[in-house]
Amino acid sequence: MKFQNPAEENAMPTYRIMDADGNVVDQTRDVESIPDAEIIQWYRNMLTVSIMDLIMFDAQRQGRTSFYMVSAGEEGIAVGSASALSLDDVCFLQYREQGVLVQRGFTLKQMMSQLFANRDDYGKGRNMPVHYGSGKLNVHTISSPLATQIPQASGAAYALKMQRLINPNVPPRIVACYFGEGAASEGDFHAALNMAATKSCPIVFVCRNNGFAISTASIEQYKGDGIASRGLGYGIDTIRVDGNDIFAVRAVMQEAKRRALEGDCKPILVEAMSYRVSHHSTSDDSFAYRAKREVEEWKRRDNPITRLRKWMEKKGIWDDDKEKEARASIRKEVLREFSAAEKVKKPPLRSLFEDVYEDITPEARAHMRQLKELIEKYPNEYDVSQFEGGVKSLE
Amino acid sequence: MFSCRRSTVVSRLLNSSLQRRSASQASAGARLNKPIDFKKTAILHQSQNSARTAFGLAQDAPVDWVNLHGAINTTLHHALKSDESVLLFGEDVAFGGVFRCSKGLADEFGAARVFNTPLTEQGIVGFAIGCAAEGMKPVAEIQFADYVYPAFDQLVNEAAKLRYREGSTGGHCGGLVVRMPCGSVGHGALYHSQSPEALFTHIPGLRVVMPRSPSQAKGLLTASILECNDPVIFLEPKILYRAAEEFVPREPYSLPLDKAEVLKKGKDLTVISYGQPLYLCSAAIEALEKEIKGLSVELIDLRAIYPWDRATIMESAKKTGRAVVVHESMYNAGVGAEVAASIQEGAFLRLEAPVARVTSWSTHHGLVYEKFYIPDITRIYDAMKKTLEY
Repeated sequence: MKFQNPAEENAMPTYRIMDADGNVVDQTRDVESIPDAEIIQWYRNMLTVSIMDLIMFDAQRQGRTSFYMVSAGEEGIAVGSASALSLDDVCFLQYREQGVLVQRGFTLKQMMSQLFANRDDYGKGRNMPVHYGSGKLNVHTISSPLATQIPQASGAAYALKMQRLINPNVPPRIVACYFGEGAASEGDFHAALNMAATKSCPIVFVCRNNGFAISTASIEQYKGDGIASRGLGYGIDTIRVDGNDIFAVRAVMQEAKRRALEGDCKPILVEAMSYRVSHHSTSDDSFAYRAKREVEEWKRRDNPITRLRKWMEKKGIWDDDKEKEARASIRKEVLREFSAAEKVKKPPLRSLFEDVYEDITPEARAHMRQLKELIEKYPNEYDVSQFEGGVKSLE
Repeated sequence: MFSCRRSTVVSRLLNSSLQRRSASQASAGARLNKPIDFKKTAILHQSQNSARTAFGLAQDAPVDWVNLHGAINTTLHHALKSDESVLLFGEDVAFGGVFRCSKGLADEFGAARVFNTPLTEQGIVGFAIGCAAEGMKPVAEIQFADYVYPAFDQLVNEAAKLRYREGSTGGHCGGLVVRMPCGSVGHGALYHSQSPEALFTHIPGLRVVMPRSPSQAKGLLTASILECNDPVIFLEPKILYRAAEEFVPREPYSLPLDKAEVLKKGKDLTVISYGQPLYLCSAAIEALEKEIKGLSVELIDLRAIYPWDRATIMESAKKTGRAVVVHESMYNAGVGAEVAASIQEGAFLRLEAPVARVTSWSTHHGLVYEKFYIPDITRIYDAMKKTLEY
């Protein structure tokens, strides 16, 4: 009789292509042949997310937006994995994956419209900031409840597989589903991986293990070998990757996509290790539960942006001047879109009632009438001037 | 709990005649509380012509004698056949379902379209939402409405809000239908008897529908799967699966998902209900009309529980001035509360009596107490009498 003791097992190794100093350690991977322009674009995309983080964090502190969540330390996971996807692939995000959107072509204007909930926001001003989405880019709109997107992503992947069965001319597509290690404790994670495995869904689950779920350190989140060890239990091909190494994340995602579409299709689990350098959100002061020194050390020691920068400098395609120019121009563009978006009117008030159902119900129409009458009866109690069309939109 | 649900109780529900639903027996000398005679009730189309007339069909239009699970099976078959994007899945769906609703469908349409899922309600609904969000028409089955709660988050926060939060991206999960057997069955006790519809009526974004008969089930389910672009919670009164048989038009058809139906016209009192209690209402009305000469009671089937047809109910209440609402789920914050409050708002000056509610008591569905717990013919009869005498 032998009980299997997880403590006696070896931890799953972490795959990396380059070390913290930007030296390539896995020579079997040809990173040299990736076009310089492409790499510089990843770098600029990571920088964009990072610069927008700083500006929006301050904007929230000044009360100009209601909420924000930064991605600091995890830009490499988002940009690197997204660089391995095609625009046809479908993405489900948690909320700390701005880099996926930027890499797929979501513009700063679109981001700012969402953050300021203005007339141009696809979400029609209904969602909290950072809950982005884009039909064109095949990114489903983010929702706050954690892990709910994971079984949905499995179902979406099944739909993609079925659509190809119905019409073989449809290109092979996968779903990429992102979530944090905290969300992986939800029942929906279990349901999703089990269903994806039993129904052979073409999906890549990307877990961002950044060590914290708000204040809860991973030592209080799970007892096993991270999230990766669970994949094997569901019968899912799994890999752990260094999330600060954009080359490794990209290579892993490319291979994951290839495997996910192989034969009858199958799910893949990727656990990308990183560290949440920032506070959880603008409503959180993380120094209440972790030492500032620890955070500073992580920032200094390792970071996906500086790691790629070191590699680029060694290759001779990047230097201090380029860095300065990139930072300045990105900052300028962010600020320009920021002030533009801030001035745009809010969506029409009728958007409050639309899209609950495909058509507005008689009940909702009655409520629109009642709200309109109320605003007209008490005009000084309600400021409708910032909403497109004012009270008239309720007609 | 799951092993109990799947082996013992399910087989008991299947093997015993649903009509002999009796952990708690009716009294031998009962005048009102007699078992429903499904072969005679006016709720069902007992003749071919009744069905043809109701659906405006020609004299020679084909109609079939089918029960509720048969009608659902035919409807699912039609949906799978007419639209390749329709998928059917849930626990034990592949072999035909524990209530036989999906019988033969996996054989005909293949395991890719009709399949079993792992035993996870949150997974089933989440998976279905994702399928629908990518343009498919998933019909997910929750084995008993009593087990829908693990999926509540997916239904409330996700399915119901998806179109709203997607806004102008155009994303939605309108292709989604979640079917679930509900209601008492004679011996289902706490976890094979529940009627959770009122919980869903408090969620903007979901349509909540409950058919009363095979012909209604066929029309409403067809509309839910093939026509409606909103997520639908489709509740099936499981006690009627075998008991309710009637003539049903053979050709496919659909019924509107937001219209009540006046089943019987009347001028003195309006009785509003949905699902299985309509049979009890019909029997109670018959008894009272026999007793009181000239009395005529109007009986309305809500069919769509949310969004619901306020206009039809209001018109009737204004005409009769008296209303009784009947449902099997409990009193507090039940569907009856919403209907009664709406009648009070919309027909205040016409009302001759308070709107009465006949519902299950505010307790749980204890095994041997069912006959005393759910609305019966006597309670409906008594409430109608009191309302008329007010």
